[in-house]
Amino acid sequence: MSETPEVRPPVVTPVRVIITFCLVAPFVALLWVGSYAKTDPAFIGIPFFYWYQMLWVLISAALTMIAYKLWLRDQRGRTSQKGGEAK
Amino acid sequence: MKDGVNGVTLGVFIFCFLAVTVMGFLAARWRRADNEHSLDEWGLGGRSFGTWITWFLLGGDLYTAYTFVAVPAAVYAAGASGFFAVPYTILVYPLIFTFLPRLWSVSHRHGYVTTSDFVRGRFGSKGLSLAVALTGILATMPYIALQLVGIQAVLDVMGVGGGENTNWFVKDLPLLIAFGVLAAYTYSSGLRAPALIAFVKDALIYIVIAVAIIYIPIKLGGFDDIFAKASHAFSQVSPATGKPRGALVPPEAGQWTYATLALGSALALFMYPHSITATLSSKSREVIRRNTTILPLYSLMLGLLALLGFMAIAAGVKVTNGQLAIPQLFEDMFPDWFAGVAFAAIGIGALVPAAIMSIAAANLFTRNIYKDFIKPDATPRQEAQVSKIVSLLVKVGALVFVLTMDKTVAINFQLLGGIWILQTFPALVGGLFTRWFHRWALLAGWAVGMAYGTVAAYGVASPTQQHFGGSAKEIPGIGEIGYIGLTAFVLNIAVTVVLTFVLKAVKAPEGIDETRPDDYTADAGAPRVQKELAPTA
Repeated sequence: MSETPEVRPPVVTPVRVIITFCLVAPFVALLWVGSYAKTDPAFIGIPFFYWYQMLWVLISAALTMIAYKLWLRDQRGRTSQKGGEAK
Repeated sequence: MKDGVNGVTLGVFIFCFLAVTVMGFLAARWRRADNEHSLDEWGLGGRSFGTWITWFLLGGDLYTAYTFVAVPAAVYAAGASGFFAVPYTILVYPLIFTFLPRLWSVSHRHGYVTTSDFVRGRFGSKGLSLAVALTGILATMPYIALQLVGIQAVLDVMGVGGGENTNWFVKDLPLLIAFGVLAAYTYSSGLRAPALIAFVKDALIYIVIAVAIIYIPIKLGGFDDIFAKASHAFSQVSPATGKPRGALVPPEAGQWTYATLALGSALALFMYPHSITATLSSKSREVIRRNTTILPLYSLMLGLLALLGFMAIAAGVKVTNGQLAIPQLFEDMFPDWFAGVAFAAIGIGALVPAAIMSIAAANLFTRNIYKDFIKPDATPRQEAQVSKIVSLLVKVGALVFVLTMDKTVAINFQLLGGIWILQTFPALVGGLFTRWFHRWALLAGWAVGMAYGTVAAYGVASPTQQHFGGSAKEIPGIGEIGYIGLTAFVLNIAVTVVLTFVLKAVKAPEGIDETRPDDYTADAGAPRVQKELAPTA
């Protein structure tokens, strides 16, 4: 790539917006207790309140995983753009 | 607990316990490095742990025996409100994804062993660093004491140690033995011992939970029955308060409490010295990020475990001390030998965090009190030696705590500890992202947060206790009931921000920042990482 070293990639990129979303979503979902403080529908007899939060363990793990993969790609992109300069 | 000692249960328990003891001592030889007499080696395991060891270590560290006993106990006592531990542990991971890699990087570049090391380096303030170190030690001590309480709960249910009528020495002997063993291998093997034992601990815990969550509901007639019985039990009006015992779903009024407790606890968890110790022992910054994607497995386990609280109600477990509910459920439900495995899981589950916590507290003392204030020219060898001795003292302190004082004292202090440790958040996490905050403003904010939190917690009464009756109180200005620690934290930030503006306006000295922006993103293998590991100042 023939970019001059002064040209820095933008700080806010679509990828980073998605990363932020992945990391913020669990906070919104779980701190809004009113949205899940109910017993129905139950799942194999477990009230909604409980299984929904346990489901969020999985959702949040998946979101963090996505954030991690995107972050790795973002970082790789940046290092290769900078070329050997960072070494 | 009334039928005396069960030989099979006790035998299995002792066998598991002996096995991990041997492992603890052998751990000293595991992955041994050249410079074994330094704090990096003894207190951080040589900063060499990969993804899986870090996963076991962090899991073993954060999900303590006390958690295993206390979370279902809270659900057993009051239902939904005890379940906040699940959202709490979910929210922890996006948080650490964001800030811990930065802490790891800067710590590697500058050889920081504790959070206070970082705060001193970043803000050039020994006073602020001392405040962070003292908060850490104060918050950790009762936590160690609670681990011993966890072991005691198991021993009580097994019937060893006798009842109230045996003399104190016989009663406390098993705890003294467990404690002696723990102290000895921590002293000789450092952080490697809990890292190795964590494998056994977590394997046992996972097996026990998996079995419990399938076997017990089948015996009790399915989740429908369990929750129907629990719902009935919670609707009974308690004579002490005149209110129902609890609820399956938090009522409108309890939702603020639930959310603030989850958020406040999540923010506080990685301020604890033992969480940071386990994090800094990992060998690269990617290990930490990768771990945030696999650690939630423990949260899932914790959620299942919390459901055991309902099962204890449905199974008709009646205990006056809620802490005994789950061990009692295991004894009632499982065959003898498997009850032994379950008890061993809890007992060993107490040893791993107790070891890491005492190491973390000792590191804080050595680096930020001994070296900063008493003997600035201490060699790495002397540092390691002091740390080893302090780790013993910390544990003896915790033991004395448990044996001489009422259990509620340890629980009260643990509650205060959580509120206190959260007050170090602005200095640490703030410092990782910006140098804008003024060091004196941070110190003032910390002091205000600590004072408010302590006074507010002192003023909470419960049916059984006049003071420290809980961790939630009306939030001034909002009127809802919320977690005291979070209110104190908001107050802390407000004071810090206002004072920073003032101090900047009067041009108060800022202190010297020894870190550079690229220190926060460096990874292992990058230039200058490791190079500066030689102790600075």
